[in-house]
Amino acid sequence: MPNESTNSATGEIEAVQTRLAELLPWVALDWSQFRNQTRVICPAGDLLKCLIAFKAVGFDQLTDLTAVDLLEYGNVNDRFEVVYCLLNVDTGLRLIAKIYLNEPNLTIPSATSVWFGADWLEREVYDMYGILFTGHPNFKRLLLPQEFQSFPLRKDYPVKGRGERHNFPVITRAES
Amino acid sequence: MATEINKQLGDNIFLTKLDAAASWARANSLWPMPFATACCGIELMSTAASKHDLARFGCEVMRFSPRQCDLMIVAGRVVMKMLPVLQRIWLQMPEPKWCISMGACACTGGVFDTYAVVQGIDRFMPVDVYVPGCPPRPEQLIRSIIDLQEKIQSGGTVNAREFKLRILPEGPSRYDEDELLRIRERNGFKFEDPKYDPIH
Repeated sequence: MPNESTNSATGEIEAVQTRLAELLPWVALDWSQFRNQTRVICPAGDLLKCLIAFKAVGFDQLTDLTAVDLLEYGNVNDRFEVVYCLLNVDTGLRLIAKIYLNEPNLTIPSATSVWFGADWLEREVYDMYGILFTGHPNFKRLLLPQEFQSFPLRKDYPVKGRGERHNFPVITRAES
Repeated sequence: MATEINKQLGDNIFLTKLDAAASWARANSLWPMPFATACCGIELMSTAASKHDLARFGCEVMRFSPRQCDLMIVAGRVVMKMLPVLQRIWLQMPEPKWCISMGACACTGGVFDTYAVVQGIDRFMPVDVYVPGCPPRPEQLIRSIIDLQEKIQSGGTVNAREFKLRILPEGPSRYDEDELLRIRERNGFKFEDPKYDPIH
């Protein structure tokens, strides 16, 4: 029954909330619900401690790590949000943890010490948004060339007309 | 002199230049290297298949090793990370060789005017014939091969001397930063604050 499952999920989330309050009594986590999805916004200073605590209460899989550029988005004042999609493999419970970032301080601790699967995901977030992760074992661009200068998924990056793809050698007919 | 020989031997011999004979042979035995990355590749396959039958023009022996080919057909958009591969394959092809840039994307980048796509392969390697279209019909590709055959026969030399003269890049000059923006400004396009509206 849908109602029962919703109720049991709510109960599980409440249990998680109380356990997290015990583990991190000094951290003010901002919980909210949207269409049966649970979101929690972490304060930027305690991100790594929050992530370790999330793993300790059972969220043992990082299903996705991504970022959103909130430039000119509605009434939001922050520039970026980094999103951690977590899954408890045993119970199927999901949690979406978020953190807000603003320029010029776009440095957050890497989650690779908690979930090693964050390796490539963090490199991709850096590649596209320019968010820096400290403590990453191999921190460099994942998809774009290493000499690429900017971060193309930022909203202030022009959709067309940037000449950044033109540093290859030009082969002339006589040379080839 | 020629009439003397004609009298002696009739139609059994003919006189020509070595360059012309070599070019005639090369033009009618092009071996294409299909560098097909997108939908133009489907039209390329259709051109080679039975309905349009590229074999009628002496151009049907597709080889997937660049060392056996002398005509590169770039069919489809080339992304930034693919371009070094394309250049390497081109350099692996033995002389004499030619290149057909097939379709809007290979010629100019087409609709993919983004940071990831090369805006025309002729910025980075030599191209002999351009085929417009998105994708071009097989008839257009056949026309380009006929044009290339005419080009080979009109200017080809037995030791490929004509290539040695082409020492400058033949494509458009490189973009420096924001070429497109400056072109638009020159054309009177005003740059207001570009508002991004994520709701719509």
